[in-house]
Amino acid sequence: MTYATERETTEGKVFNVTGGDWDTVVGGADPIEAEHIVVNMGPQHPSTHGVLRLVLELEGETVRECRLVVGYLHTGIEKNLEYRNWIQGSTFVTRMDYLAPLFNETAYALAVEKLLGIEDQITERATTIRVLMMELNRISSHLVWLATTGMELGAISMMLYGFREREYILEIFEMITGLRMNMAYIRPGGVAQDVPEEAVKKIREFLELMPKKLKEYEDLLSGQPIWHQRTKDVAVLDVTGCLALGITGPVLRSAGLPWDLRKTMPYCGYETYEFDVPTTTTGDVWGRYLVRVAEMRESLKLVEQALDRLKPGPIMVADKKIAWPAQLAIGVDGMGNSLEHVAKIMGQSMESLIHHFKLVTEGFRVPPGQVYVGIESPRGELGVHAVSDGGTRPYRVHYREPSFINLQAIPAMAEGGLIADVIAGGASLDPVMGGCDR
Amino acid sequence: MSDDKSSVPAEAPPVGATAGAPAEYPPASRAGRGMFGIQGSGDTSGFGGLVRRRVAPGGAERPFGGYFDEVYDALEEAFPGLDDAIEKVVVDRGELTLHIKAERIAEVCQVMRDDESLRFELCSSVSGADYLGADDRRLHVVYHLTSMTYRRRVRLEVAVTAENPRVPSVTSVYPTADWQERETYDFFGVIFDGHPNLTRVLMPDDWEGFPQRKDYPLGGVPVEYKGAEIPPPDKRRSYQ
Repeated sequence: MTYATERETTEGKVFNVTGGDWDTVVGGADPIEAEHIVVNMGPQHPSTHGVLRLVLELEGETVRECRLVVGYLHTGIEKNLEYRNWIQGSTFVTRMDYLAPLFNETAYALAVEKLLGIEDQITERATTIRVLMMELNRISSHLVWLATTGMELGAISMMLYGFREREYILEIFEMITGLRMNMAYIRPGGVAQDVPEEAVKKIREFLELMPKKLKEYEDLLSGQPIWHQRTKDVAVLDVTGCLALGITGPVLRSAGLPWDLRKTMPYCGYETYEFDVPTTTTGDVWGRYLVRVAEMRESLKLVEQALDRLKPGPIMVADKKIAWPAQLAIGVDGMGNSLEHVAKIMGQSMESLIHHFKLVTEGFRVPPGQVYVGIESPRGELGVHAVSDGGTRPYRVHYREPSFINLQAIPAMAEGGLIADVIAGGASLDPVMGGCDR
Repeated sequence: MSDDKSSVPAEAPPVGATAGAPAEYPPASRAGRGMFGIQGSGDTSGFGGLVRRRVAPGGAERPFGGYFDEVYDALEEAFPGLDDAIEKVVVDRGELTLHIKAERIAEVCQVMRDDESLRFELCSSVSGADYLGADDRRLHVVYHLTSMTYRRRVRLEVAVTAENPRVPSVTSVYPTADWQERETYDFFGVIFDGHPNLTRVLMPDDWEGFPQRKDYPLGGVPVEYKGAEIPPPDKRRSYQ
């Protein structure tokens, strides 16, 4: 056993650290060859996008086995829905995938409307606003993906830029809905608020600004050798693998299959808009990056078209047995209120008061049956399976959450690769644990 | 609430309707009885009677309409003895539901995926539903299949009892069903035979019971004031 020794030099006293059992460690079996180490990555790891836990069996730096543990963010939203009325459901589902709240709401609203059989009655303006909001949301979600993935792969400035532009979109959301996230804005029957003029102006400004910013991101990343090395041929998953594992969205499109529900099974009138479905054939993280950036450009096109189509009109169904009071104004108490509506129910019509009370406290009844509605969220197919027993509350609502399904691909992508690529591969799936665990 | 609802036959008048107040189905719990001795919802507005609770859609007859006939014909051709495996065909709200005998689901899925004229390559969703009181085989597992080639969707549904909740796993046909079947097991207690690793996925590993079943007790909130407790949601006085 030896200890730290000291010696005098012209620079002062220097200590040489030796000793311990280092010699025996070095002299023994090669630890990299002989030992497998089991490492827990997460659940509290910044690179896991929330509380995702990966159990990795490592041989040196190579991942031999990878198992996922999810459920840390489970809040029982699907169960809770069964004890609230159908309208209140929007407030719950918006909190699942918190980066794409408007998609959760739209999927839910479309499912309830299909159960009610009122798809034809949804006004054109409401549908256009839904498309507008969803596409803005898609951009903001992809921006967070780009920002966090950039950060995880060492491009910290990308994180700052991504969140900066996302903030712009959140301000637009706040202007329209009153909330930045989890806004319960798209409701069965229409939307909660009309789009004010100043928001239209702000969106136009955003349309001017965003293409320049997208160019900036590409200037920053696309030619960057480190970015290439970290993304190219990393976490490859081909079309066969994607389909077997049920992977949809940008990951599937990066493998070369142009499957986008907006084109293939259109809803909300997407078939009348002009846009492309970007694909690549690389099937790696690089391809997913290209697809997502290109999708942001397509979303800008869609936003512009939706803005042009925005004609004045009602934003809620005309059926007063279903339509919740919409177009509320913020009163002095900070609460949403509609003076016109209040004047009517309090001053003019007893019947209106009764029906308002019944609709708000009890809710509308939905004829029994079940439906499935799938929409294209930023992460893939977001499906809602809703069952009604004829009452005022959902009997069962199940979300086919793309984050939950897509995470199954991590072992297929990570096993046999390097541990650093687990981060890149996981990030390229863009999982949101709030959505995964629900 | 779930208990009350499930004990109501589907043909019954809407709970709280004005038909014969006090309502024919008094609430089971004391909390649901309400003030002033009123039973049911005490609804006198007539609002509750506007929509009658109706029976869930029954079996459909040929022609089913749309692409449903093509799908059924193709399945009939590709799957000999289909009549033996299928229980009911339901067409409702523009969606086709095939009720399959639970023990045959994996075989049917295999044909649905592989046959050239069916090609349901993607299993979009697997979920469960508990029809307590409405169906003796109360636990249903629902599969949503998507054909990317033909751009079609089909729903397959199987039903099992809570006493013997066994369904063959479709993971060998659709690997994506892995976590989804685990989720259905986690919340409904359906056991998928042949699943490689049927453990809980969202609830904690040591959780007892299956929370999405309709007879699963809900928790109340103890408020620590003279032993009082806020009753769980299904025991509170509320509209139904």
